[in-house]
Amino acid sequence: MNIITIEHIAKIYQVGTEEVQALRDVSLTIDKNEYVAIMGPSGSGKSTLMNILGCLDTPTKGLYTFTGKHVSDMTDNDLASIRNKEIGFVFQTFNLLARSDALHNVELPLIYAGIGKEERRERAREALTKVNLEDRMDHRPNELSGGQRQRVAVARALVTNPSIILADEPTGNLDTKTGEDIMALFETLYEQGNTIILVTHEEYIAEHAKRIIRLRDGLVEKDEIIETRRVAQPRQI
Amino acid sequence: MEHFLFELKEGLIIAFNAIRANKIRSILTTLGIVIGVASVVLMSTAIKGIDESFQESATSIMGTENIFIDKWAWFGDVPWWELRNRRDISMQDYRDFKAQATLPSAVVPRTVRRQTTTYGDVNVDGCFIIGTNQDYIQTTDLKFTEGRFFSEIESNAARRVCVIGGVIAEKLFPQGNGVDQVIKIRDKKYKVIGINDKQGSFLFGDFNPDNMIYIPIEAMFKDFQSRHRGGGISISVRAPTNQMVPAVKEEAISVMRRIRGLKYDEQDDFSINQQAALLDMINQQVGVIQIAGLFITGLALFVGAIGIMNIMFVSVKERTREIGIRKAIGAKKRTIMGQFLTESAFICLLGGLIGLFIAVLGAKIIEQYDFPVSVQVDAVVLAIGISLLTGVLSGLAPAWTAAKMDPVDALRYE
Ligand SMILES: Nc1ncnc2c1ncn2[C@@H]1O[C@H](COP(=O)(O)OP(=O)(O)OP(=O)(O)O)[C@@H](O)[C@H]1O
Ligand SMILES: [Mg+2]
Repeated sequence: MNIITIEHIAKIYQVGTEEVQALRDVSLTIDKNEYVAIMGPSGSGKSTLMNILGCLDTPTKGLYTFTGKHVSDMTDNDLASIRNKEIGFVFQTFNLLARSDALHNVELPLIYAGIGKEERRERAREALTKVNLEDRMDHRPNELSGGQRQRVAVARALVTNPSIILADEPTGNLDTKTGEDIMALFETLYEQGNTIILVTHEEYIAEHAKRIIRLRDGLVEKDEIIETRRVAQPRQI
Repeated sequence: MEHFLFELKEGLIIAFNAIRANKIRSILTTLGIVIGVASVVLMSTAIKGIDESFQESATSIMGTENIFIDKWAWFGDVPWWELRNRRDISMQDYRDFKAQATLPSAVVPRTVRRQTTTYGDVNVDGCFIIGTNQDYIQTTDLKFTEGRFFSEIESNAARRVCVIGGVIAEKLFPQGNGVDQVIKIRDKKYKVIGINDKQGSFLFGDFNPDNMIYIPIEAMFKDFQSRHRGGGISISVRAPTNQMVPAVKEEAISVMRRIRGLKYDEQDDFSINQQAALLDMINQQVGVIQIAGLFITGLALFVGAIGIMNIMFVSVKERTREIGIRKAIGAKKRTIMGQFLTESAFICLLGGLIGLFIAVLGAKIIEQYDFPVSVQVDAVVLAIGISLLTGVLSGLAPAWTAAKMDPVDALRYE
């Protein structure tokens, strides 16, 4: 069953009098429990595609169907609701709330889902335990290392049990070892049946996925299945 | 509803954290609201105080059931030279009126002069000497600390007896025991037979019962006022009830016209004055004060509101990324909107409460100077209401800016 279907998607930015075609014509489908890496040179439209897939942005042209629903027809509120319940985002720059501790950051999506305090706390703790941060719950982002921050972000992405996890260069700001920790987290999520799409520059990271989609100048250049993928091992802490 | 409360609670927590994170800025920002609310509360209570004591004084001096037949009009558009050319109202007019009018419960003559009063080596200048008769007591609610009003016999015989107001009594007889003492009004010796309670009054400066001395009207004519030149009096007429006032007034006009022998096409050569007209005038003046006061305080609040709006715009700008994050993980427009509205309402509410506190202190200080103010419950409600309203109104535009931000742009903001 496919979760995502996009047909002839284009995204055009108007900069002054000039048109920038971030995406020209992209079509693809992504199934449940797929592990996809999106690669391509800088400026090829990876982030733009991710934002559209994550319902953060809407395409200029084309049709996007998410779990059977036409995203183009949706109101802002519907989109917010999909982002809240169906999609978990992980960003390169973590994007945590600086003034809130780890627990509150992870709770936040549940607050917007209208879930009561007891259940919220419980689920946020569970998610933080999954990413091995049970002893850092009351730390603020500036009291955590980069890797720990990204793990908080992963916990926040999975706390609502979304249909899909989108990660835009999740290891871009981390050293190799810490990056590997994050990849190990994704590995576990994947094994548990989650669908994961991640954007990366690094061949080595992309090889953790089952499928690599290569973009160039706003077009799909190559869409291939990896035969022998890397499997990230959790480090012994 | 439950969801609304939930979002409100979250909004309050966020607002509280944001305020705590920017303590000094928040304090400076609320200053405008603090001043605005303090002045609104002070102004409104002061106006209310002034208004109430105006009404009270007017009632205590004249009584709402009294009308006054006078040569002069208190208000109106009859030019003063015409008033001056009118015939005086005489004691004979009074006697005729009393005989012919059927509705009033009391009719008394009245005339006023200002004189200096002396007891021992104490002088009180500018006392209002009221010449009247024994029936005067029926047209007021004067209370006696000591003694009594003068009798019909004393009145008719033009005896030199007097009843003195509370403030004069205090000055002349600081030790008390004024009754039966003999004082001098100008150079005439009068025996004190009664002393009135001190009332305290705000209106008309000194012209209130505390500064009055009542003497028989015949004694007045004998000692201080020529019966012939400038011998005019006014007639106080008391209606049995408030509802009767218009009828009493109606009758008074026709009786007076008959007594004065006016033909049907001649204008009244007297005026009917009444407290209602005075109250109207007072209300008008209080209205003007009110409008001026509201304008000034409104201006202060407006400046405060602009300050809040400004700081909320800054806050929205600073937290663009935060807004992006919140939107990315599912905050709806109205949630973001609510968050910032709650924040600005909360800041304003804090400012309002501080302002209220200052106003209460201010009222306490002003009260010491005998100016009638006291902060009432409705002022508290007013302060809270106004500061919440200001907060919501001045937060609207910034909150809307935040709510309609594009999540991608917001996340990309440096
Ligand atoms: N808001 C915008 N306004 C104008 N042009 C934009 C905007 N966002 C992206 N673009 C343009 O669209 C193209 C694709 O950008 P995008 O961010 O998707 O690239 P990317 O593949 O993620 O690159 P990188 O690997 O450097 O992150 C770029 O040429 C960029 O300049
Ligand atoms: Mg990018």
